[in-house]
Amino acid sequence: MSRVLVGVKRVIDYAVKIRVKPDKSGVVTDGVKHSMNPFDEIAVEEAVRMKEKKIASEIIAVSCGPSQAQETLRTALAMGADRAIHVEVAGKEYETLQPLHVAKILAKLSQDEKADIVIVGKQAIDDDSNQTAQMTAALLDWPQGTFASKVEKTDAGLTVTREIDGGLEVIKTKLPAVLSADLRLNEPRYATLPNIMKAKKKPLKKMSAKDLGVDLAPRIKVLSVEDPPVRQAGSIVPDVDTLVTKLKEGGHV
Amino acid sequence: MFPLRRVVGNKILEQWRAPITAGAKAQVKTYSSEAATPRPLTMLTEDELAMKETIRKLATEQIAPLVKKMEDEHKIDDGIRQLLFDNGLMGIETPEQYSGSGCGFLTMMLVVEELSRVDPAVAAYVDIHNTLVNSLFMKIGTEEQKQKYLTKLCTEYAGSFCLTEPSSGSDAFSLKTVAKKDGDHYVINGSKMWISNSDVAGVFLVMANADPSKGYKGITCFIVERETPGLSVAKPENKLGIRASGTCMVHFDNVRVHESAILGEYGKGYKYAAGFLNEGRIGIAAQMIGLCQGCMDATIPYTLERKQFGKNIYSFQGISYQIAHLSTQLEAARLLTYNAARLKEHGQEFVKEAAMAKYYASEIAQTLTSKCIDFMGGVGFTKDFPQEKFFRDAKIGTIYEGTSNMQLQTIAKLLEKQYTQ
Repeated sequence: MSRVLVGVKRVIDYAVKIRVKPDKSGVVTDGVKHSMNPFDEIAVEEAVRMKEKKIASEIIAVSCGPSQAQETLRTALAMGADRAIHVEVAGKEYETLQPLHVAKILAKLSQDEKADIVIVGKQAIDDDSNQTAQMTAALLDWPQGTFASKVEKTDAGLTVTREIDGGLEVIKTKLPAVLSADLRLNEPRYATLPNIMKAKKKPLKKMSAKDLGVDLAPRIKVLSVEDPPVRQAGSIVPDVDTLVTKLKEGGHV
Repeated sequence: MFPLRRVVGNKILEQWRAPITAGAKAQVKTYSSEAATPRPLTMLTEDELAMKETIRKLATEQIAPLVKKMEDEHKIDDGIRQLLFDNGLMGIETPEQYSGSGCGFLTMMLVVEELSRVDPAVAAYVDIHNTLVNSLFMKIGTEEQKQKYLTKLCTEYAGSFCLTEPSSGSDAFSLKTVAKKDGDHYVINGSKMWISNSDVAGVFLVMANADPSKGYKGITCFIVERETPGLSVAKPENKLGIRASGTCMVHFDNVRVHESAILGEYGKGYKYAAGFLNEGRIGIAAQMIGLCQGCMDATIPYTLERKQFGKNIYSFQGISYQIAHLSTQLEAARLLTYNAARLKEHGQEFVKEAAMAKYYASEIAQTLTSKCIDFMGGVGFTKDFPQEKFFRDAKIGTIYEGTSNMQLQTIAKLLEKQYTQ
C-alpha cells in the first residue's frame, strides 16, 4: 500500500472575471473569491479513489501559500485526505513563488513523509505553468506520468494513460512516481456536510519553506501582465460567394 | 477580502457565539466583556462558509440543470433526492451517531438559502424535512425512536409533518383527527391537508387528538410509518409554485399504532407543533432570501447587458435605483433571518425575531420577484427565463408555516406583553 502526497493550490475561482492590476504587475486578488485549483481537485479525487481501492494507505495534502491556503487544505481533507501540511509562504515571497520552489518543497516533503506517489493537477488555472509535476519528478529522479486520464495499479507499479497530442499514450511506471491529473481522469466529489465537519478534526501541520531548506529566491521576473487583446468587431456579408471571396482575399482559404 | 466573505478563525469562534441583539428591549441579551466586539451577522465561520460554498456548487452544477424538468413533472428527480442524502443534506443538524452531518442551525439556514437560489421547491423539501421532522425527533424522541428513525431520515427517506386539516389551518389546534385508545394501541382517524413531502415520505408525524374532551390539550404527536395499514396518500395538489415539492392530502382510516409510537409526551402535541413551527419559520425566511438572491442574480446581469436608447438599461436610474432599493430590502431580510437563526443557535428567545424574519422576507419576495420580471421586460414573462418561476414560488412564502397575518399576530402579542409587564 502506498502513501500519496497531493499538491493543492489556492487559485482565483474559475468563475471569477479576472482583472489586471493597473500597474500591470499582476492580477487583482483582493476581495476575489478563491477556491482549489480544479485540476488539483481531480488529483485529490484520484488519491481518494486509490485509498478506496486499497491501493493507497494514507493521503497527505500539501499547499504552499498564505494562511488562506488552509481553507483549500480543509477542502482536501473534507474530500478525503487524511492529513494536511501547510507550507506558509506569505507576502512578497508568495508573489514570486514559482513552480521550481513548489517542486522543491514537494520533493523534500515526499522524502520526509516517505511518499510513494505524488499527484498534482497538470497545471494551475492562474499561471498555467504546467511545470510542477515534471520538476518534482526530475528533482526526485522518479518516473513521471503526466496528463493522466487513467491510472491503474499493476504488479509493482502503475499503468498510466496519458492524453497527448493526437491520442492516448499508455505507459508503465515503477513506484515511487509522480503523476499529474488531466481533466478526464475523474469527476471530483463534493465535500459533503458530514465530511466538512470531520475535516475539522483532521491534523493540519504548519511549516515554512525554511524548515524544508528550500530557498524561495525568484528565478523568473514578471515584466508585465496584460489583458488579452479585445476581439475586433466582425461584419455581416450578404451571401456565401462574398464570404468565400473575402476569405480568399484574407488568405484564409 | 470584503466582509461578506470574511472567514472567522477558530480562535475567535467562541466570541462569535455571543448573541447579538441590540434593540429587543424586553429580552436584552448580553455577552461577557472579554468577548470583545460581536461579529457582523454576515461574517460566517470557516465551516459555515465551506458548507455554503459546497452547497452552492452542488446546487449550481447538479440541481440547476434539472429545475425545469422537475417543475414540469411536479416531482423532485430521484437522482437529486439521492444526491441530497449522499451529501448530508437530509440530516443537517442530526448528530453523527445517527448518520447526520452534525452542523449548526445557521448552517441549515445557509443550505436552505443556497438551494432556494437555484430551486425553492428542492429547498422546501430539504427545509421541512430538517426543521420540522428531524428536529422533533432530535429534541423529544426517545433513544429508541432516534435510533430507529433518525438514521433512516438521514439516509433513506423523507419525513412529513401532518398538522393542517381541511377545516383547521391558521386555527391549527381545532384539528379533528382523533386517536382513540384501544388497549396499548391507538386508532387514528382523520384527514390531513397540504402535507409537504407526503408524496415520498417514509414516516409521518401526525398531530391527532387523543382526548377531545380536553380540547387542544389532548393533541398528541404520533409516529406513523408509510406502510401502516389505513394510511393513504392522495394525488399531489396542482399548485401555483414550488410545483416539484409534493403536497398531498393524507388520510388515516383506522390506522393502528402502538403507544410507543407517541413522540414526546401524551397531550403535548400542540406545544411541540407550535414550538417547532417557530424554528421552521426561520427556514421559510431563508428560503425566501435565497429565492430573492437567485432572482436578482438572474436579473441584474441582464439589465447590464440589455441596451435601449443606446445604453444598457441599468444606467437608467429608473432601473438601477429600484434594484438598489430591492437589494437593500433583501439585505434587511437576510439580517433578520441570520439574527433569528443565531438567537436560536445560542438558545435564546427567538419567537418574535423568527416571525419578523419570515413575515418580512416573504413579503419583500413578492415585490422583488415581480419587479425583476418588470426589469426583464417581455422575456421575463416567458418560461424561458427563471424570474416567472421565482415569482410563483415566492407566493407560498406568505402562506405556509403561518400566514403573514399569523406572523403579525405573534409579533403583536409579544409586543403587547413587552409593554404591559
